[in-house]
Amino acid sequence: MKAGSNLENVLSKGLFAVTGELGPPKGNEVSVIKRKADLLRGYVDAVNVTDNQTAIVRMSSIAASSLLLQMGIEPVMQMTTRDRNRIAIQSDLFGATAFGIKNMLCLTGDHHTFGNQVDSKNVHDLDSIQLIDCVRTMRDQGTLLGGEEKIEGEIKLFIGAAENPFGDPFEFRAIRLAKKVAAGVDFIQTQCIYDMNRFKEWMKMVRNLGLHEKVHILAGVTPLKSGGMARYMAKNVSGIIIPDEIIDRIVKAKKPAEEGIKLCVEQIQELREIGGVHGVHIMAIEWEQMTSQITEMAGLLPRPKVA
Amino acid sequence: MIKAEQKPLEEILLYLKSYDRILLSGCGACVTVCQAGGEKEVGLLASALRMARMKMGTPLEALEATPARQCEPEFAAELSETVEKVEAVLSVACGVGVQTLARHFPKTPVFPGVNTTFLGETVTHGVWEERCQACGNCILERTGGVCPVARCAKQLFNGPCGGSSKGKCEIKREADCAWQLIYDRLNGLGQLYRMEEIIPARRWGVESRDSGLRRIVREDLKV
Repeated sequence: MKAGSNLENVLSKGLFAVTGELGPPKGNEVSVIKRKADLLRGYVDAVNVTDNQTAIVRMSSIAASSLLLQMGIEPVMQMTTRDRNRIAIQSDLFGATAFGIKNMLCLTGDHHTFGNQVDSKNVHDLDSIQLIDCVRTMRDQGTLLGGEEKIEGEIKLFIGAAENPFGDPFEFRAIRLAKKVAAGVDFIQTQCIYDMNRFKEWMKMVRNLGLHEKVHILAGVTPLKSGGMARYMAKNVSGIIIPDEIIDRIVKAKKPAEEGIKLCVEQIQELREIGGVHGVHIMAIEWEQMTSQITEMAGLLPRPKVA
Repeated sequence: MIKAEQKPLEEILLYLKSYDRILLSGCGACVTVCQAGGEKEVGLLASALRMARMKMGTPLEALEATPARQCEPEFAAELSETVEKVEAVLSVACGVGVQTLARHFPKTPVFPGVNTTFLGETVTHGVWEERCQACGNCILERTGGVCPVARCAKQLFNGPCGGSSKGKCEIKREADCAWQLIYDRLNGLGQLYRMEEIIPARRWGVESRDSGLRRIVREDLKV
């Protein structure tokens, strides 16, 4: 075991893993975290805690992850390289692991100009692949990045990263995953999947490179709430592809939200059949109350209890 | 070359508020090429300033000069006589040129008339784009001659982020994704394997601006 987290246990036993996502409050309102935690508890194996996603200032992912631990939920602490240099990154990892955080997700992060502090200076001392390498070095060699200096204590982290099969150039996307695997990643969560054909094609390339045997891949899904949301995401979010037939289905539905949940459940069932997919990552953003229904309908409950 | 853009006239007028006699100095090098601070722009700006000050009822005498390279001490020295006759200097050279004059004329205020923006190339007439950040350790041999430090919004070293879509960058949709350009170029050269190599963490703190003031000393050229 690399970190002995619940997520690692579930995946290493070959069980189909389920992760959820929680965005911390835009302030220190702990009740927001508690409310979302109550909606996710028992329905997922671990919960991603975002790190100032879309560059909107929120409670730090380390603090929110620590609060989740106190509430009895295992966090996957997201960490971006946008706001921290390698001094801050390593220091924060000392702190996070001291609090008992065992999973992390290594990200570059959304560009700061998307957020509410557009005048800030971005850091990008490391990129996400270099961050994976940094964490792996800390964990497996017990030293700081690029140094012989020994760490006091042990950094036990189950190392995750993201991958987006819908970004371009498509032909490079599996090779990029191979680089993350070479850097030391243990699990991957993908961008939300709507274009099933493209995802299957990507997974084929992943299997051809033998990567599915080296890394756990959790397929990302996000239930669509409305036709407007589907259209907006398809048009405005780079790296997300929503085929027209899906947009049509939601737009034409009498109850779009219900249809969105139904679609999400169908997607999970289809993803489960794809070789090399070891779990799903459900990103029900500001719609956390749907996680219970989705996991129930998709036959993912009860979540396994593994020691 | 170094690219620059003229500051708004209102801002320049504010700098010069308490002066009646100035030298407006251009530069015959980079800023001439990008038409921000060459002889022609010096003439145009000087006229604009004179007219504006005339309207304000506080006429401005603006002498004009455009040394070949304002960033070289010997060209700065050529301005000495003229500078003696004025109260302040407005320089439309890049930030280097402004500092050369400031160092050379300790008793005369020197104001910047342009914003120095980047090291770039001409894309087409009237369009310039950033190409180099002078980061101190060139990796263009690994990236097919396209620089991710200058051209990727996140300065990624190991391939495009998830926001690369149809060849464009999600940050500025009119901008090409640097990593798409690198991919296409290496593909054309039959060197795609270069994109499989992991580029390790950079030594910013030793090689780049983050190391403090950078300086080149060439013993063989010293006199």
